[in-house]
Amino acid sequence: MDLGNIASLTLFYPELIMVAGILIIVILDLVVADKQYLGDLALITAAASLMAIGLEAPHAGAWLFHRMLVFDSFAIYFRALIALAAVIGVWMSIGSEEVKTCDQGEYYAILLASAFAMFLMAESANLLMAYLALEFVSLTSYILTGFLRHNRRSLEAALKYLIYGGVASGTMIYGMSWIFGITGSLDFTVINRALSAPGHLPVLAVFIALVLILTGMGYKVASVPFHMWAPDVYTGAPIPITTFLAIGSKAAGFALLTRFFFPAISTLTAGGSWTALAGVDWPQLLLFVCIITMTLGNLAALQQTNMKRLLAYSSIAQAGYALMGFVVLSNDGIRAMLFYLFAYYLMDAGAFLVVMIVANSTGREDIDAYRGLAWRGGIVPAVALTIFLFSLTGIPLTIGFIGKFYLFAAVIRGQFYVLAIVGILNSVVSLYYYLRPIRTMFFDQPQGDEGVVKFQTWNYGLMGVLACATIALGLYWQPIIAFADRSLTFFVGPT
Amino acid sequence: MSHPLTLITFIPLFAMFVVLALPDTMKAIFKWIAVAATIPQLAIAWYLYEHFDTTTTAVQFAEKAPWIPSYHISYFLGIDGISISMVLLTAIICFFSVFASFGISRAEKGYYAMLLLLDTGMMGVFVSLDFFLFYIFWEVMLLPMYFLIGIWGGPRREYAAIKFFLYTLLGSVLILLAMLGLYYYGATPTFDLTELAANSSQYSIGFQRVAWIALFIGFAIKIPAFPFHTWLPDAHVEAPTAISVILAGVLLKMGTYGILRVNFAVLPAATMQLAWLFLGVIGTVNIVYGAMCAMAQTDYKKLIAYSSISHMGYVMLGLAAFTTAGINGAVLQMFNHGTITAMLFILVGMIYDRAHHREINGFGGLAQQMPIYTAITGFAFFAGMGLPGMSAFISEVLVLLGAWQLHPIMTVFGAATAVLTAGYLLWTFQRIYLGPLNEKYNTLTDITFREAFTLVPLGVLVLILGVYPQAILNLLNTSLVHLNQVVLSTSGAAVAMMR
Repeated sequence: MDLGNIASLTLFYPELIMVAGILIIVILDLVVADKQYLGDLALITAAASLMAIGLEAPHAGAWLFHRMLVFDSFAIYFRALIALAAVIGVWMSIGSEEVKTCDQGEYYAILLASAFAMFLMAESANLLMAYLALEFVSLTSYILTGFLRHNRRSLEAALKYLIYGGVASGTMIYGMSWIFGITGSLDFTVINRALSAPGHLPVLAVFIALVLILTGMGYKVASVPFHMWAPDVYTGAPIPITTFLAIGSKAAGFALLTRFFFPAISTLTAGGSWTALAGVDWPQLLLFVCIITMTLGNLAALQQTNMKRLLAYSSIAQAGYALMGFVVLSNDGIRAMLFYLFAYYLMDAGAFLVVMIVANSTGREDIDAYRGLAWRGGIVPAVALTIFLFSLTGIPLTIGFIGKFYLFAAVIRGQFYVLAIVGILNSVVSLYYYLRPIRTMFFDQPQGDEGVVKFQTWNYGLMGVLACATIALGLYWQPIIAFADRSLTFFVGPT
Repeated sequence: MSHPLTLITFIPLFAMFVVLALPDTMKAIFKWIAVAATIPQLAIAWYLYEHFDTTTTAVQFAEKAPWIPSYHISYFLGIDGISISMVLLTAIICFFSVFASFGISRAEKGYYAMLLLLDTGMMGVFVSLDFFLFYIFWEVMLLPMYFLIGIWGGPRREYAAIKFFLYTLLGSVLILLAMLGLYYYGATPTFDLTELAANSSQYSIGFQRVAWIALFIGFAIKIPAFPFHTWLPDAHVEAPTAISVILAGVLLKMGTYGILRVNFAVLPAATMQLAWLFLGVIGTVNIVYGAMCAMAQTDYKKLIAYSSISHMGYVMLGLAAFTTAGINGAVLQMFNHGTITAMLFILVGMIYDRAHHREINGFGGLAQQMPIYTAITGFAFFAGMGLPGMSAFISEVLVLLGAWQLHPIMTVFGAATAVLTAGYLLWTFQRIYLGPLNEKYNTLTDITFREAFTLVPLGVLVLILGVYPQAILNLLNTSLVHLNQVVLSTSGAAVAMMR
């Protein structure tokens, strides 16, 4: 189905709900004096959008807006993840002490706008659309990162983010122009057709174009060597924004990366495996990126003393694990990656949430602030953080283990033994730094002046849900893997 | 009784939730909840022992239900001759280690919750027949162990806990890789260990070797086999008494159990080729090196830990023998080592509770002050040395008899180590208990009723099995003989060549 502008709107209502919510918040911000309800409104918007995604799921399979966007099962999966990230981000913002000092209307409007742009990233079927969506996400992220205007770290992070982002997006659009020059189109299906056509193709030129494009997309998922911004941005931004960027923007980046590197420039062969078109060896390139990303992320995380920084480097490593599903070039791999991103969601959001609870109470983010947490009234957040960190390591009884299990299964099945060994060694290394906060919380005795952690029902509710989901889905994950499996169909439709 | 295996595995888990749900003010009853959980476990173990059919190699008391069908993962429990003795051992050791924990006076809620979770994890490993389920239980048991050592342990507990965790995690992930390899490269993908064993010929020998070595390293870290043994003395020295008891009594056996259950049953051809080196030679090194290290120790608990490494070497050597006597002896030794080292660690714990140190040379003449305690220690030491009439004698002799045909040189080393063992144990006994009383300790009290209650039944068990080993051997024999034949028949020629 190839829909025009007006017809597309009937399949576009999750996004429309988002837009409506943003406009209402902006207007209310101007006229209402009591701004504390704007957060609740944003939460309702994000939740309504999530429900809308569920409702329109049966109608998947169409091009929207003259083939600018594609609405398929794959898009549903990622938009669901992004809407969920928005819900979590807004929920945490409402319970955050930092965000209370910000302008509420602007803050929530921009957060939702960012989620809206991430939706578009996940749905792009055209390089121009992809670029616009990615830039939209970046711009809103810069603003959100620098939202704590009186905090120097926040401003510095925003500036760094902006500069890195500018370079990455410039490089990417240059690569896109190469693709346009070689294939004569920006449309993913046309690019695919042009690359698979028999005849002489400038393989080296295509390869260079892909490297340039990878710069922009790799920057969004924070893979090495485009990861430098992540630790500073994660540390500087308000914690709810850090969480939102760590899960939402990363998911959007992976969605675009998958959509471009699989249906656009590769072709599905029998038995669920993919082949790169025109003999361009991008899988090899990504294999190196993947190995370096997880190794470097883990090694750098070993030395961190700030929890946000530790989680930032750990999330670089996690992106490396997710890329494992990418390089094996099979549906197994993509399915594992989809599942892993969902798992990563629960555990990373949970870990950041506990960091926020502790920061709200003590005003500190360093690991020392967790000393003896379990023994000074914080046994619940301590246990929850332990669950999330074990899940990030990939210890059984948690969804993180199942995620790693699927990734390693895909890698072993694809016979990438070196990658499997590197992944294994990385898991063992990662245990060491994930255990550090746990050790501090349980093994160290609290010192005299360190106060009791305060109880906040609002945050504890979300933490309980995330912790229970991390364990429950680690024991019975059939629904999630079935969802990931269903989402593995890309709409390529009539061309 | 329906679902005895599910019950025996999950009763402690249920009790853990009860402990967690109760308020801290009721901490006096936490230990009794743990007792209440381990008594039915012991009763079910007895029921299994009574109703176990010793004439068949088939899986008994099986329970199977689909879990994640899209990946052929099922909830599959069952026991055969290989696992039943370990189930008994786990139930016995867990019961007594709860009593050995009564002295814990800090954060009891967490302690008993972790102890019960550990119990479920260990029992689960021995009853699961689905590799995925086995792996889950295998890993689950790491978590409580880490916290039990790290929170309730001695001064260097953090170091010991993290070392234990890192070592075993490395081993576990190797097992994970091998497990995925077995799943994908078989004719029909499955995690069912009985099916994998039945179709063992489907794997090429090259693949078998790689998978065998990966699995071996994973399991060897738990045994612990040289050179992966260095975490054990640290973990033992820092762990609280009851945890040392569980560690030596049950956890170490999971390594050799895994080798029997997976390496031997699923990869028999590779076993035939590699066992002499990895099990035979390394096992002999374990025996001799462990005993020599034990001799050099001045810390009482470390000495017992090294002697434990030495004795686990007999299990490995027995497995490498490929004879009925060898393999029966090995599994019997797993059981006997469990009961004897449990006694030894409880004894060390008692003296540490009273004197607050474990320096062997710092004692002297305790026999005058604590005669009953000394007598029991003497008994346990003689059991450890493998004196006839005690259980370890039978198992060690069976191992050596079995190994003699195939590995005469290793057997000589193994047998000669008995002298070293007697040497370090008697020397230790002399330094701590004999001679003039060290005046510092003239206020020490003798063994209490509760302490005797944890030791005497274990001692009785040691005596019974020393006189009547058939009580356990009957259970094992049919399954082990069958397994041994499977391994031998896959490449009978190789055996002939090695002879």
